[in-house]
Amino acid sequence: MRYLATHLDTAWALAMIHLRLSLIPVLLGLLIAVPLGAFVWRHTLLRRISTLAASIIFTIPSLALFVALPLIIPTRILDEANVIVALTLYTTALLVRAVPEALDAVPHHVRDAATAVGYTRLGQLLKIELPLSLPVLTAGLRVVAVTNISMVAVGSVIGIGGLGTWFTEGYQADKSDQIIAGIIATFLLAVVVDVLILLAGRLLAPWSAAEARTGRPKRRSKAAA
Amino acid sequence: MNFLQQAFDFIFTAENWSGKAGLANRILEHLQYTFVAVAVSALIAIPIGLIIGHTRRGSFAVVTTVNALRALPTLGVLLLGVLLWGLGLLPPTVALTLLGVPPLLAGTYAGIANVDPKVADAARAMGMTEWRVLTRVEVPNALPLILGGLRTATLQIVATATVAAYASLGGLGRYLIDGIKVRQFYLALVGAVMVTLLALLLDGLLAAAVWASAPGTGRLRRWVPQPLLDDEVALVARPRGRTPDYSGRESSPTVEGW
Repeated sequence: MRYLATHLDTAWALAMIHLRLSLIPVLLGLLIAVPLGAFVWRHTLLRRISTLAASIIFTIPSLALFVALPLIIPTRILDEANVIVALTLYTTALLVRAVPEALDAVPHHVRDAATAVGYTRLGQLLKIELPLSLPVLTAGLRVVAVTNISMVAVGSVIGIGGLGTWFTEGYQADKSDQIIAGIIATFLLAVVVDVLILLAGRLLAPWSAAEARTGRPKRRSKAAA
Repeated sequence: MNFLQQAFDFIFTAENWSGKAGLANRILEHLQYTFVAVAVSALIAIPIGLIIGHTRRGSFAVVTTVNALRALPTLGVLLLGVLLWGLGLLPPTVALTLLGVPPLLAGTYAGIANVDPKVADAARAMGMTEWRVLTRVEVPNALPLILGGLRTATLQIVATATVAAYASLGGLGRYLIDGIKVRQFYLALVGAVMVTLLALLLDGLLAAAVWASAPGTGRLRRWVPQPLLDDEVALVARPRGRTPDYSGRESSPTVEGW
């Protein structure tokens, strides 16, 4: 605890690197996965292919991908870009499955009503279906963000910056208080990001909080795992 | 492409597979860390998930625990464990178990809690005890989600077991981490390729298990005989007096020779 208190400025700097490495991929992944997921949603075959591709990508261990990426794209080994590209791949893989599932969760009668009042297919997607799928999408985003934060921490083993460097430094210097400080800082970072995404989701989709309180129109969600 | 060539040359050379630091032994070590951690996670997470899913009490605690454990950095726990308890199987097991508990707990809990309450109530109405409602109705229906949790847990553990090598332990991470340390990147690539293959293999096996466990399809029955259920039915439905005619279907023999 004392280590964290006396090294607050270093912790802050490391946390910013950590956030940059783990959250830029979330934004890039969202930009790719939402249009892609909405596109494959209505095509059974494309959706099956994208789900399969996504689960294969997701199976590749992150450390392995960090190391293997420089062979596929023109970056140097141990470059920050590898981490960002690798985590973007994971984020996209996870979200490209979550987006169609989130769209599935939109109730049929709402969709039919939108068709009945004359929305075009694109307008319906943008104004009705995507906004209504926000609560399910937010749940997926929270998992992605927390997973990315822990993957960046593991990356310190192969020399990636961020709060994980306190683990490797503390281990080499035999200082357990530095490791404990790193655990606390990483944990707090993940919790803060998780809560912020949760609150953003509540703000953008205020009805989800009301539903959770009254528990009325409960949708049966597939397990978050 | 040069590194890749070197890496595959290394993998396809027989002498690199034998010996204490050979590929075969490293794979076994990696699998050992993985299986021990998955087993311990299952022993902790499945009973808790079953109880909370069945009673439907404490779901808030589950969500909070799962989220908090997900945020806990595995590498930090592992290295702290090595500093506190020394080298050995204990630090990686603890660190990887903390990684495996959240998906297993979430899967088990969600699987049981998502079973249609009508189905469980119907089972109660037929006179099943709570234990039988859980084991005969809820668990079979929840099996795909429970095994799905096991699949996620195994995948994360087998991928992260790589970091055990950083704490001077074995496993496939040795190639990856030593390769980076001595700047022999083809060695790191050997580790990366082998861990990926191992993860794909385990994931494929567990995906097949999830597929086979889908309730009502009878896929599981082909491999796993379920004699206990028939015995129970025969015992409970045992007639007083004469044997009823099951319209051609024979009831299975019970312990008493029925």
